[in-house]
Amino acid sequence: MINHQDRLISAIGLSRYYSDHCAVNNVDVVLHKGEVLGLLGPNGAGKSTTMQMLTGNLSPSVGEIQINGIDLLDEPRKAKQQIGYLPEQPPVYRDLTVGEYLHYCARLRNVPVTERKEALERASERCGLQEVSKRLIGNLSKGYRQRVGIAQAILHNPAVVILDEPTVGLDPIQIREIRSLIRELGKEHGIILSTHILPEVQAVCDRVQILNRGKTVFNDTLEGVESLEKVFFDLIFREADVAEEHVKEVAA
Amino acid sequence: MKAIWAIASTEFRRMFLSPLAWSILAVVQFILAWMFLLGLNEYTVQTQAIAVGTEDIAGISEALIPFLFSTAASIMLVVMPLITMRLFAEERMNQTLTLLTSSPLSNTQIVLGKYVSLLLFVLLFVGLLALMPVSLSLSTQLDWGQLAAAALGLTLLLAAFAAAGLFLSALTRQPVIAAVTTFGFLLLLEVFYQSGHSQGASSELFVYLSAFGHFLSFVGGMFDSSDLIYYVLFIGGFLVLTIRKLDNDRLQG
Repeated sequence: MINHQDRLISAIGLSRYYSDHCAVNNVDVVLHKGEVLGLLGPNGAGKSTTMQMLTGNLSPSVGEIQINGIDLLDEPRKAKQQIGYLPEQPPVYRDLTVGEYLHYCARLRNVPVTERKEALERASERCGLQEVSKRLIGNLSKGYRQRVGIAQAILHNPAVVILDEPTVGLDPIQIREIRSLIRELGKEHGIILSTHILPEVQAVCDRVQILNRGKTVFNDTLEGVESLEKVFFDLIFREADVAEEHVKEVAA
Repeated sequence: MKAIWAIASTEFRRMFLSPLAWSILAVVQFILAWMFLLGLNEYTVQTQAIAVGTEDIAGISEALIPFLFSTAASIMLVVMPLITMRLFAEERMNQTLTLLTSSPLSNTQIVLGKYVSLLLFVLLFVGLLALMPVSLSLSTQLDWGQLAAAALGLTLLLAAFAAAGLFLSALTRQPVIAAVTTFGFLLLLEVFYQSGHSQGASSELFVYLSAFGHFLSFVGGMFDSSDLIYYVLFIGGFLVLTIRKLDNDRLQG
C-alpha cells in the first residue's frame, strides 16, 4: 500500500448499499493538506452517505478509507481523533450551556486538561461564541446552534474537518463569516464541505467533486471553470437524458 | 476509562437538568416515606403488643426492611423505564448520537458511560431510601447486615432494570416506546415470578428467570452468590446486546 504523505483522506472505491438500493457507487474521495473540497450534487446523490462513511458513522459496503494514513475501519478511534464532523443537524444538547457543551466535547475528544481552556477559547472565538457561552443551547437561534456545531468540529484541532451544509439557516452576515472561517481553516486543515449553494462553492472551494446518483461525475479544480452552474446542470441533465434514452431503448 | 467517566458524569448531570429526575425522586421518596411510617406504626402498635412476654419476636429490622425494600422495588418497576427511556432514544430523535459516534470512542465506552450514569442514579435512590431505616438507629438496635443485604439486593435489581432499559432504549428512536417496552419487559419478569409460583403450574425455571425471586432472598438478609451471578449475567447480557446494536447501526445504517 502506497502511503501518500500529504493525503489527509484517501478513500478508494467506496460503495454503500441500503439493502438493494445503491446509495454510493464506487466513489473515490481524496483530500490533500490545505485543500477545501466541495461536495456537490442534487438531493439523494449520496453526499451525506459519503460523509457519514468518511466520519466512521456508517461502514462502507465496499472500499477502504484512510484518514491521515490511519485506516478508519481497522483503528476507528485513532482515525476519528483526526476528524471533526458537523452533520446536517448539529448534534447539540439543548439542555446544556454553550460552554458546558464544548467542555464536554473537549473531554470526549481527549483534549488534555491543561489545553482544554485554550482550545475552548480558540474555538469560541473563531465561531463568534464568546458572548453566548453561558446561554442554554436550546435558547439560541438556529444560526448560533450551527456555529456551536462548527465549534464542536474544530475544537480538538483535527487534521480533517467535514461539514455537511454548514451555512444552512444562517443570515447573510453569518454566512460571510462562516465562509471566511472555512477559508482560514482550510490553510491548516483539510476541509470537505457539502452544500447546495453553487456560489458558495466558488467562493470557498479549491476543488469540486460532483456526485449524481451515487457516482462521481466531475472532479476537478475550479481553475478554468467559468460557470460552475453550467457545468453542474450540464452534468446532471446529461445524465438524466442518458438514463431516459436507456429506458426507451429497453422499452423498444 | 476517562471517556466513560466523561459520558457518565455529563449524562448524570443532564438527568438533573430536567425536572424529571427531581420530580421522580421527590414523589417516590414521599410515597416510600409514607409507607415507612405506616410500617413503623403497625410494628409499634400491633406486633409489639402481641409479642409482649413471648420470646423470639421479630425485630424492627426484620419486620420493616423487607416490606420497605420490596415496596420500593415494585414502585421502581414503573419508574426505571422513565429514567432509562431517554438515554439512546432521545439522542436518536434529536440526532445528537452522532456526537458520540463520530468522537474517538468505542461503542463499549459509549454504552458503559451511559450505564454508569444510570448506576449513579440507582445508588442515589438506594442511598436515600436506606436513610429511612438508618434513622431508626438513633433510638434502637438495627440489624446492619440485613440492611446491607437489602440495599445491595435493591441496587442489583435496579441495575438489572437499568441494563434492560438501556438496551430497549437503543432499539428505538421514540423515548415513549422505549419506556413502554421496558415497562412491559419488567412486568413480564414479575409475571414470570407469579406464574412460577402459581398453584398447579409452578415452575422452577420461571422463578429462576424472574429478577424478583433473586431479589427476595437479599431482602430477607441472605447473601447468596448464585443470586449475585444471576444479576451479573443479566446486566452483562443486556450491555453486550446494546453494544452489538450500536455496532449494527454502523453496518446497517
